[in-house]
Amino acid sequence: MNIDQQTIRGIAHLARLEFDAKDEASLLTDFNKILTWMDKLNELDTTNVAPLIHMSEEVNVLREDVAKVTLSHAEALFNAPKKDSDYIRVPKFLG
Amino acid sequence: MKIYNSLNEIRVDIRTGATSCKQLVEGYLANIETKKHLNAFVEIYAQEALVKAVEIDVKIANGTAGLLAGMVIGLKDVLCHKNHGLQAGSKILDKFQSQFNGTAVQRLIDADAIIIGRQNCDEFAMGSSNENSSFGKVLNDLDNSKVPGGSSGGSAAAVQANMCLASIGSDTGGSVRQPAAFCGVIGLKPTYSRISRYGLVAYASSFDCIGPITRSIEDAALLLEVMAGKDENDSTVSYTEVPNYVANLAFDKKAKVGYLKESFGDGVSTATKASTHQALELLRNAGHEVEEIEFPLLDYTLPAYYILTTAEASSNLSRFDGVKYGYRSPDATDLQSMYKKSRGEGFGKEVKKRIMLGTFILSAGFYDAYYSKAQKVRRLLKEETERIFQKFDFIVIPTTPNTAFKIGEHAGDPISMYLADLFTVHANLVGIPAISIPNGNDEVGMPIGLQIMTKSFGEQNLLAFSKYMMEISKN
Repeated sequence: MNIDQQTIRGIAHLARLEFDAKDEASLLTDFNKILTWMDKLNELDTTNVAPLIHMSEEVNVLREDVAKVTLSHAEALFNAPKKDSDYIRVPKFLG
Repeated sequence: MKIYNSLNEIRVDIRTGATSCKQLVEGYLANIETKKHLNAFVEIYAQEALVKAVEIDVKIANGTAGLLAGMVIGLKDVLCHKNHGLQAGSKILDKFQSQFNGTAVQRLIDADAIIIGRQNCDEFAMGSSNENSSFGKVLNDLDNSKVPGGSSGGSAAAVQANMCLASIGSDTGGSVRQPAAFCGVIGLKPTYSRISRYGLVAYASSFDCIGPITRSIEDAALLLEVMAGKDENDSTVSYTEVPNYVANLAFDKKAKVGYLKESFGDGVSTATKASTHQALELLRNAGHEVEEIEFPLLDYTLPAYYILTTAEASSNLSRFDGVKYGYRSPDATDLQSMYKKSRGEGFGKEVKKRIMLGTFILSAGFYDAYYSKAQKVRRLLKEETERIFQKFDFIVIPTTPNTAFKIGEHAGDPISMYLADLFTVHANLVGIPAISIPNGNDEVGMPIGLQIMTKSFGEQNLLAFSKYMMEISKN
């Protein structure tokens, strides 16, 4: 597997990350090294093997859907980097 | 202060009046000060721990103390501890204060453990050397030019240097066992789902396990017993009864032990090979069956591990967006630049690399080739491992191919660092319990770890056998 700078930029956008030119270059080198190393799995025949998705042996652990306050309004706002008395604030995004 | 190796030793001294919880906390605080240069703790709760110690001394006098009374512990900086800082070693959680106690932490507090501080770790538990923390690197107490291992490096170094009796870490691919091996202490990764993950900062949710780092098997057993069990806040946690591990630590059976020939392969250091060989010989001489096992899938464990964990991490770490908590870039102009700049500036290099890899692996066109493929390989690994445990009670291999390496040694090559986890990721991929116990030292005195693995929910046998192993290797 070999990817290019364009792919790196596309992935960075999907991941909502930003890189400067130097970091982008070292990322590209590391990416290609790591992906080539990961390609090793293709040596194994996995025809008719179902993917293993869940690791817990518990199945459908359910509880009653009861509303309760698990985090108060004040606690929920406590760590927000920008807030007023009621809400978390973000830059304006509606015209 | 006298060096204590278990809570039992402490209990004896408390009973005779030779020490008290208050004196213990004062002693550990003094050690923390002396060993400050190791950078094992990111925050110390001196006053709070002293107040708690006095409270517990009263409880002990009244006969109302909990199971962990007398135990002074540290928490890896990934565990939610109400009204205390929590940053997962990252700038992106700058100034974050946990608003609740995670289940494991709550149970430790309820059992009267004294929490002395939170401990440095690799950012978001991603790393094998504790060099990737926004709080700076942690040093190995035996040789300050070497790493303590990671990601629970601060937690292992703290137990190594007597800054607390035990630490609680987390293990996604070896993050409890590998630093325990590098620091000459004990590290236990329980079965997946044995301990609730509620209140543990998520790295890769189908791998993450909370686990204790201790100086005795008894303390590992006790801490596991206290933390394990069902919890309504984690729908994946196991409802299997938690046994009384501590009461059943005698091992008087003849075991069937398998070892991988890769334990003696090219990448393994001479000293590690020799000490592993010696441990296997001890078992043979004591009448246990010791046989070589073929496990041709070993070479596929690390790539499968990195595909699955980076994918899960990219999804888990999407919650750090600069909106609800933690760091927000001051340079943002609109919503999208706020996300990108906050995440770009808040996350460290290794974390960003893993988010990028995971996003790529999960992206359209590559999902089947990488993610589904690795999930299929994971099933092959699990089935093959189960086949081994139909015939064997334990797998015994070195915890790591080499002892603690120099700081900066693997900085240039990402894959060479990943190889430090060669023997540990297997247990997380298949969900089984595994422990690292000290097994001698190399030619320059650095500790070597011996890893013992068993089938899922076999902790009772694993702990008893580990205790037995440590006793026969001492004689």
